[in-house]
Amino acid sequence: MTVPTDLDRRFREAAEREQLVDVAYGLADSPVGELLVAVTDRGLCRISYRPDEALDELAVQFGPRVLRLPKRVDAARRELDEYFAGKRRAFAVATDLSPVPPFQRAALEELARVPFGQLITYGRLAARIGRPKAARAVGGAMNRNPIPIVLPCHRVVGANGSLVGYAGGLERKQTLLRLEGAPV
Amino acid sequence: MEAPPIPPFERFYEEHRDEVFAVLVRRLGRQRAEDAFQETFLRALRAYPKLRHGAYLRAWVLTIARNLAVDAVRRERPRVELDESIELPRRPAYAELEHLTDRLPPTERAAVVLRYAYDLPYDAIGAALGSSEEAARQAASAGVRRLRGARHAEKELA
Repeated sequence: MTVPTDLDRRFREAAEREQLVDVAYGLADSPVGELLVAVTDRGLCRISYRPDEALDELAVQFGPRVLRLPKRVDAARRELDEYFAGKRRAFAVATDLSPVPPFQRAALEELARVPFGQLITYGRLAARIGRPKAARAVGGAMNRNPIPIVLPCHRVVGANGSLVGYAGGLERKQTLLRLEGAPV
Repeated sequence: MEAPPIPPFERFYEEHRDEVFAVLVRRLGRQRAEDAFQETFLRALRAYPKLRHGAYLRAWVLTIARNLAVDAVRRERPRVELDESIELPRRPAYAELEHLTDRLPPTERAAVVLRYAYDLPYDAIGAALGSSEEAARQAASAGVRRLRGARHAEKELA
């Protein structure tokens, strides 16, 4: 017997009201495919091109009470919509990087300062966090970026200008850079 | 075999919500089933972080639902005889006592089943029953005492 939509919605609202949720998420359509967008009480904690896998990872990282609560991600989703519509160049939503280890977090926080439409090399980003020889480790940190698009790892390229790689696939990296009018 | 990990709550909820709703509608009718449905999954959500593994989650959530249904019926019609049957997967160590647990009061039965058949910790059982860890421990122990008595009586008769 299928649960009525209204009852399902009331349960989700009650769960939120009683603060029983570790991670709230919703799905969003975008020019780079369906995205999972997830938030904790601290802020945006995840954007994923692979929603199903992301659910399991969120449960491990933030706690198993992961629940779909589309309203909770409205603010983030609106900023993403504006970005994809070419009406937003910087994101204002707070982020939650609490499970991210220190080196990766430093790299991601520095990455957040790379402006819309500009490129930076892995080596240069490494140098900016005081680890000039750690270009490869920075590459790994970008590969595990929990909040792509908002933390713009698509703006990081190889020393020779090649796109190198992207956890969401090179095609998406190209799409994002073209959307920003970056020289690719 | 290693116990499965605890799934994200959304997946657990989507997997079991329709069956839980059907059980509650059957027992309580449509209107009252809706309240009990919400309370079932809120209880599950409260207890969820205390689970140690992802095994027997179906039996667990159906036990929560059944207990709420029993409470709801009892509130309206005191001392009515209830159909207590919910199909639980059998485990060998427990199977020989299972037929006896039908005679236990609902709370004791739920505590015994969740503790000894499904190996849940007392705090998760307490949350499932809407009581405390200590109350769950007492209910399970009272249930076991009652079972021992019943078993003894059965042997005497045989």
